[in-house]
Amino acid sequence: MTDAQPGIEAGGATPRLALTGITKAYPSVVANEDVDLTVMPGEIHAVLGENGAGKSTLMKMIYGVVHPDRGEMRWEGNIVAVASPAYARELGIGMVFQHFMLFETLSVVENVALALPGKPDLSELAERIRKVSDKYGLPVDPRRNVHSLSVGERQRVEIIRCLLQSPKLLIMDEPTSVLTPQAVRTLFETLRKLAAEGCSILYISHKLDEIQELCHTATVLRAGKVTGHCVPSRETPKSMARMMIGKDLPVCEHGAAKAGGDVRLELAGLSHAADDPFGTDLKDLRLEVRSGEIVGIAGVSGNGQQELLYALSGEAPLAEKFPVRICGFDSGRMPPGRRRRLGLCFVPEERLGRGAVPSMSLAENAILTAARTQGFLRRSLLDFRAARVFAAQCIERYGVKCGGPQAQARSLSGGNLQKYIVGREIMQDPKVLIVAQPTWGVDVGAAAFIRQAIIDLRNKGCAVLVISEELDELFEICDRIAVIAKGRLSPAKPAAQTSVEEIGVWMSGMWPGAPGMEEASHVEA
Amino acid sequence: MWKLEPRPEASTTMRYASPAIAVALTLVGGMFVFAALGKNPVEGFRIFFLNPVRDLNAITELLLKATPLMLIAVGLAVGFRANVWNIGAEGQYLMGAVASTGVALGFQSTGSVLVLPAMVVAGAIGGALWAAIPALLKTKFNANEILTSLMLVYIAQLAVSWLVFGPWRDPAGFNFPQTETFTDTALLPILIEGTRLNFAFVIALVVLAAGYVFMQRSYAGYKMRVAGESAAAARYAGFSAVGMIWIGMLVGGAAAGIAGMAEVAGPVGQLTDKISSGYGFAAIIVAFVGRLNPVGIFFASLLMALLYIGGEQAQQYMSLPSSISKVFQGMLLFFLLGSDVFIQYRLRRATAAK
Repeated sequence: MTDAQPGIEAGGATPRLALTGITKAYPSVVANEDVDLTVMPGEIHAVLGENGAGKSTLMKMIYGVVHPDRGEMRWEGNIVAVASPAYARELGIGMVFQHFMLFETLSVVENVALALPGKPDLSELAERIRKVSDKYGLPVDPRRNVHSLSVGERQRVEIIRCLLQSPKLLIMDEPTSVLTPQAVRTLFETLRKLAAEGCSILYISHKLDEIQELCHTATVLRAGKVTGHCVPSRETPKSMARMMIGKDLPVCEHGAAKAGGDVRLELAGLSHAADDPFGTDLKDLRLEVRSGEIVGIAGVSGNGQQELLYALSGEAPLAEKFPVRICGFDSGRMPPGRRRRLGLCFVPEERLGRGAVPSMSLAENAILTAARTQGFLRRSLLDFRAARVFAAQCIERYGVKCGGPQAQARSLSGGNLQKYIVGREIMQDPKVLIVAQPTWGVDVGAAAFIRQAIIDLRNKGCAVLVISEELDELFEICDRIAVIAKGRLSPAKPAAQTSVEEIGVWMSGMWPGAPGMEEASHVEA
Repeated sequence: MWKLEPRPEASTTMRYASPAIAVALTLVGGMFVFAALGKNPVEGFRIFFLNPVRDLNAITELLLKATPLMLIAVGLAVGFRANVWNIGAEGQYLMGAVASTGVALGFQSTGSVLVLPAMVVAGAIGGALWAAIPALLKTKFNANEILTSLMLVYIAQLAVSWLVFGPWRDPAGFNFPQTETFTDTALLPILIEGTRLNFAFVIALVVLAAGYVFMQRSYAGYKMRVAGESAAAARYAGFSAVGMIWIGMLVGGAAAGIAGMAEVAGPVGQLTDKISSGYGFAAIIVAFVGRLNPVGIFFASLLMALLYIGGEQAQQYMSLPSSISKVFQGMLLFFLLGSDVFIQYRLRRATAAK
């Protein structure tokens, strides 16, 4: 860690973007305090930080979504006040959000046209899209409807939409969280090409190895303040993590799985037509999860994970009983409450609005799933005191940063709420735990903690199923890994006997014996 | 240029202060209305707002008027909290009145003490059955309960007309569209001698207390709050959406039905074609002014009763049109919704984009 920002700045040219003393306070929290940030033309600059460190707020201020309370922003040497995203785009700032903002029922070219000023000619625009996509290696057909695109392709649409306005600064918020390893390679090629042409890139990610590979410089934020600058290529992921969380990264301890546990969760030929016309039909899924093991399901999002999770949790009960067996009971038709009584706990992908009610306190959110298992019920009345005690224990044990059991769920950062929800489910001592995206958007410190908690639970004999898009995570915690692609499930392979590359290929639907093997379509380029 | 922008955090204090602000603004607005009608605003204020609380007798009239409002509003609040939009409480109120009138006409000659309890039960069942129709249509065919419950109000009104013009018309009633007047067996006992305030007020307070326990303390009430706040979270937790609709509609219907019973067995003493009084609609305003909270609903129903009686007084003493009450109700709801906007949003002078 050095004080002066190293790297390209040595050239003495005018910075593309220079922030000094940027401060933004919300009534409950100071999101950014006195932040300085300098980005040179052609520089790929990483912004690193834990969840709630203030990365997103900072980016939103640059893009004009939020306005700073204090501080100065210089754009190519001139002081500017970015009043709106439209003005930011006029300056030449483009942003690709973590959650895409596309209309599913419109075509690619129509979606792009919506973001442009005026009323562009669609066929001419389609031609421009084709040119840009050729130039930067972002293949996408402008006439296709967005709902038929894979997540990787959708991200390309978002990037193309920015590139059409020839940005001088591109902000990418967690861009690789939805991509296969192969698609990440392609994205990096594109970004390098852009940087070589002089476009500056602000790259927000928590994946330290990616930052190390891609970024020229990095600014580290902790609790809203800049805590350091570094050149990622001279650091290790470990040293960057230390800068980010202020201490050494905890390492997951992962012993061998106990062999021969009883089957706790079984899929016996689960087929289910999706309710949503743009959903994925599940076709003949078979899987066993035994007591004392963690089985992971990898896959690019949108390949049937949602539908599978709904079928497993009971949020969308099946027409038949046999395809889902929980602890030996045919439970395909059971609603969620009955499955919980068999010993199933479930951490959904969306924390706010599904895993927790935003406007309710953490104590009230404990009642959501733990009312019966933890005895919050006195006949049909609720024991709120017991719920508060439970919430306080969960907050303490899982290190949830919040204002206590009475804090509203929506006042927590994503990572802290995730810790709370994971804690709430694990503290109920489940026989089967299903976790979707356990650490999505969660900082490294919290992620390691959550993974360790899942491993500890498995060591106590719980059967755990993890569905994640992050391969590194699955390899870190799983005993066996299967892949879901186009609504089909591959056989589960012991994690020690496979590799990221092999699973990456399987994620395109090409595993030995896969029915669609000959067609081999839909390969993530 | 001014624009509304979302507040980073909504103030809880203002959430509860907003009804008080709305009341104050309604008073101020009312002064202007009186002035515009060529009346002395101070005199108008006195007659409209102070006359209804001038002595014990006036206050009992106020409580009498507030009774059906608080009954209906607390029932509606149960459903509203779960986003079950029962707009047809007026119809359920009428059907409760019809069912309890049926019991009264059939059994009051027995003189049994069980007639009144049976009328209360019949009123609740009548209202609940009428509310069951939109619930069934919603759960079976996903028909919008706002529309179906509202349309059933008009059917209920016509049904009442048919009964009092036809089979239930009092043979000794000079052809007026009304049933026989109830005997003491079928009339609610008076609470304070010399006034019209009756036992229904006690029933309303019990229902309010029960509503409080249900909404704030019970598991079922918790489930309904979750369903109202976030449908996906309710589904994740395994709370049945169909169950919520049934509970929300039936509780609202039953409470409205009891209010209907209280009216025929109380101040009116018979079923007439004028029994439909708009309480079912006014109670929607009461529920929201009371923040869907039983304590708030208690005060809001007193306020709404004040507007009703004040309007009548203004009619009598100032020869203002009867629609003056409607104007005040409308102003109150308008100012409440207006104040509520500023709980979530604030007005900012938009900085001109450069």
